[in-house]
Amino acid sequence: MINTIYRLKSPRRFEIAFEDMPIGEDIIVRPLRLSICNADQRYYQGTRDAKVLKEKLPMALIHEAVGEVVYSPSPLFKPSDRVVMVPNIPTEQDEYIAENYLRSSKFCGSSADGFMQEYYSISPERLVGLPENIDLDVAAFTEIVSVSVHAITRFLSISHQRRDDIGVWGDGNLSFITSLLLTKMLPDSRVHIFGINPEKLSDFSFAYDTHLTTDIPKNLTLDHAFECVGASGSPIAIEQIIGLIRPEGTISILGVSEYPVPINTRMILEKGLRLFGTSRSGKVDFDKTIELYQQYPDIPENLSRLVGNIVEINEFSDLKKAFETDIRKSLGKTIMHWNI
Amino acid sequence: MTFAVILAGGTGERMGVADTPKQFLEIKGKPILIYTVEKFLLHAEFEKIIVLTPKDWVNHTKHILRKYSAASENIAVIPGGATRNETIMNAIDYIEKEYALDDDTVIVTHDSVRPFVTHRIIEENIAAAKAFGACDTVIPASDTIVESTDADQISSIPLRQNMYQGQTPQSFKAKALRDDYRSLSDKEKAILTDAAKICVIKGRPVKLVQGETYNIKITYPYDLRIARSLLEDTDND
Repeated sequence: MINTIYRLKSPRRFEIAFEDMPIGEDIIVRPLRLSICNADQRYYQGTRDAKVLKEKLPMALIHEAVGEVVYSPSPLFKPSDRVVMVPNIPTEQDEYIAENYLRSSKFCGSSADGFMQEYYSISPERLVGLPENIDLDVAAFTEIVSVSVHAITRFLSISHQRRDDIGVWGDGNLSFITSLLLTKMLPDSRVHIFGINPEKLSDFSFAYDTHLTTDIPKNLTLDHAFECVGASGSPIAIEQIIGLIRPEGTISILGVSEYPVPINTRMILEKGLRLFGTSRSGKVDFDKTIELYQQYPDIPENLSRLVGNIVEINEFSDLKKAFETDIRKSLGKTIMHWNI
Repeated sequence: MTFAVILAGGTGERMGVADTPKQFLEIKGKPILIYTVEKFLLHAEFEKIIVLTPKDWVNHTKHILRKYSAASENIAVIPGGATRNETIMNAIDYIEKEYALDDDTVIVTHDSVRPFVTHRIIEENIAAAKAFGACDTVIPASDTIVESTDADQISSIPLRQNMYQGQTPQSFKAKALRDDYRSLSDKEKAILTDAAKICVIKGRPVKLVQGETYNIKITYPYDLRIARSLLEDTDND
């Protein structure tokens, strides 16, 4: 079957390509909703290193998507099943190292074509079925939710068990999702949000408290913290966390920065802190995310507040429209309705 | 019920390869017809995919479908008729015999040599045929269309913005189409170039479905080269 692939050829320029997709051992999914991530924007706008762009493009973007099974040779799924596709593509198994940290793994929209395709061919082991009544616009960004689930799961295995006060730095999408999940996965903890935009902070109504980073209460200290800032905000966020955190606290770093970040190692040593990074997620994290959606229906309800722009993709020119619309947003996700 | 009707009745004369009809020529080691049929296999709504080929090629078609397809039990291969529309009528007769033909039975008819048809085009065809009774896949004409009634001089130049190039699929409520076709005179039948014209002659509405420029019909050797380069040139320009 001839599959149509929409690849980014160079910054701000898409092209159409065709590839034969065999109908055989793998499941074929028709993408329905695609969600744009900042990582996609870094390719689209050409803000990645020129060498990286030259190596990776042309490539189909998007690693956050849901779709409908249109062909299945597997008893696990049948046509018309709604599924979320896991964008991580492991090529080996390791006893100790999670699939999303194996250097041999590929990732959609980074080292392999992403979901901007007419059809996507995938092994049944890399699919997770969606609950019947879930809002597809919310389900579209399950991947980024699974990244938070992954970070919190690892945090639970690493951090000490006094978790009375947990801080989350950042007032963007990742912070919103991580703090929302913390209120469910650690219901006895007080979740404090630290941000720079009062309007955005007002959206975190489920949190115990929100604070402007310029106006943090003097006596406030935290057991543990999550950094969801990234980019040029990373250094100051990590600095503040190290200042506020109590001894032997754990700091989870999720924000992506293109630049090296100086860290106050003296205080890390003095307080005996643990810093750990997380990146992406694996199939188990997707499974856990869907379980959480079913266990706490208010999670997808709250996440629906992140659905910012919806762009109908009916023809080729709409692709550019969606990415340009996404650039202009302040908070929230841009969802593409994949009709093309 | 909805049926796909794949028109593979061409004998390949225009291709300059008289021995092998164009739908059986290969791109990347697979016959064009297979690519086309595969596209329809991914739509669960089709009760059956009916492939109509020249009588002498029915066995060959069955053979290659078995060789390449994953789900050939969903496919029936039957002989086509003398003309495009007679071939479509054969498909409708088959549906009537094997299933049941009622006012809501929809057929999505498609050239077997248009393997670049997309999911969207097929989906919109099914929806438009159900809602409007008939539809035709088109793209806006990029060239100015010139009419000449004597093949010597221009008789008119229609306004380009009103002109479209017809592609396929063309989709219909099957029973109405057959009734309309049977009611045409031989003279009217003689000027039919496609099935949508049956509806136009009878004054029935035909909805336009947006095609794609790359939904090309592989008719001439030149088209085959384009199709091969589109599919084989995966490293891009």
